[in-house]
Amino acid sequence: MSKVRVLVGTRKGAFILTSDGKRDQWNVTGPFFGGWEIYHLKGSPADPNRLYASQSTGWFGQLIQRSDDGGKTWRPVDNKFVYDGVAGTHQWYDGTPHPWEFKRVWHLEPSLTDPDTVYAGVEDAALFRSIDGGQTWRELAGLRAHGSGPHWQPGGGGMCLHTILLDPSNPGRMFIAISSAGAFRTDDGGESWRPINRGLKSEHIPDPAAEVGHCVHHIAMHHSRPGVLFMQKHWDVMRSDDAGESWQEVSGNLPTDFGFAIDVHAHQPETIYVVPIKSDSEHYPPDGKLRVFRSQTGGNEWEALTKGLPQHDCYVNVLRDAMAVDSLDSCGIYFGTTGGQVYGSPDAGDSWAPLVRDLPAVLSVEVQTLS
Amino acid sequence: MIRVLLPAHLRTLAQVNGEVKLEVEGPVTQRTVLDALEASYPMLRGTIRDHVTRQRRPFLRFFACAEDLSHEPPDAPLPDAVVTEAEPFLVIAAVAGG
Repeated sequence: MSKVRVLVGTRKGAFILTSDGKRDQWNVTGPFFGGWEIYHLKGSPADPNRLYASQSTGWFGQLIQRSDDGGKTWRPVDNKFVYDGVAGTHQWYDGTPHPWEFKRVWHLEPSLTDPDTVYAGVEDAALFRSIDGGQTWRELAGLRAHGSGPHWQPGGGGMCLHTILLDPSNPGRMFIAISSAGAFRTDDGGESWRPINRGLKSEHIPDPAAEVGHCVHHIAMHHSRPGVLFMQKHWDVMRSDDAGESWQEVSGNLPTDFGFAIDVHAHQPETIYVVPIKSDSEHYPPDGKLRVFRSQTGGNEWEALTKGLPQHDCYVNVLRDAMAVDSLDSCGIYFGTTGGQVYGSPDAGDSWAPLVRDLPAVLSVEVQTLS
Repeated sequence: MIRVLLPAHLRTLAQVNGEVKLEVEGPVTQRTVLDALEASYPMLRGTIRDHVTRQRRPFLRFFACAEDLSHEPPDAPLPDAVVTEAEPFLVIAAVAGG
């Protein structure tokens, strides 16, 4: 019988939620690494027992933890993230040059085929790779060397590389996104990169054709159609049908197109989900109603999904890495909130229930579907 | 032996209870004590000192004999009471944050 394992990173530790395929009863284990910020944890598609976790605090810096038994036990692996060569400078908030400084790992993306290969997106923005299960890390320096790095600026959360998408049909192709530099693509396994931001419009950038500077919050892809990308930008929900060469806005009838999280249904590549947030100065849902919006047309036409979600006095946020889907026949959708709730829907968003509701603020949610 | 007291999170990470006791070769300084600590507990590398610069992380302090030694040179000798095991070398985490 199928099982689902939900990996939850929070401000004060990691939690693992498990259920059978019915997804109506959940077992909660944790906290793992109690008191530490767990920005992200994710399992290897090639070996679901292999998990990686990013553990950090302002006091003690960054650790990477690895589990080889599905999260029962963990051990720290290498935590040495050193920029390749001269780190250089990027722009600070006031536009002055600021040295590149490693702060933390925001996102870990295990290889689709090799459990020992894993990518790490870090703040200040750079991409690292380990090919030995986290024992050593090396920067894929071509990203920062592409030329625009000195013009990148941090967003409100820092200058973080938060999204890493691996193209299952093309081992050399990878997409990443940086707040607030924009989206980038490599077609040669990370050696060279180029920005893919044509069509993005950002009020804070005077030049409508600016190559970089866009505050991309998250990008999602369906594995069967890796050339189609969906983006939640700071403002605007966007879509690309040509692997990022161009973008079109698909915000349509959303009540607000600001938000962080976006994801795609496991079996329907044109069905996408966002959680609209009122504004960039009010990081909570409009009207105190926590609503997931679903489009079954790849954007533009959106429906509110509310059954089982609080529809008054709700002022939580849903962060960029805090939404994920399972791949059971009836696709499950999951998201976590800054109020510590993890909600799940076993029926593609039609109805929702809390899996757990009093965790620390949720930073990330990932899902493993286990046979 | 040199006695070292770590903050709670680092004791958990190193899987130790209470104080750590370390054999330190040569002069007993902040640098040699932390080198010995990281050699015995490699998971602590990068958590007390920066990997590259070897500088103390900003939210940590070093104390011994009720004195703040955080701004002493890393190669300055530690007090005799630390060398003779009468007092521990303390790594203190700032009381800050939420």
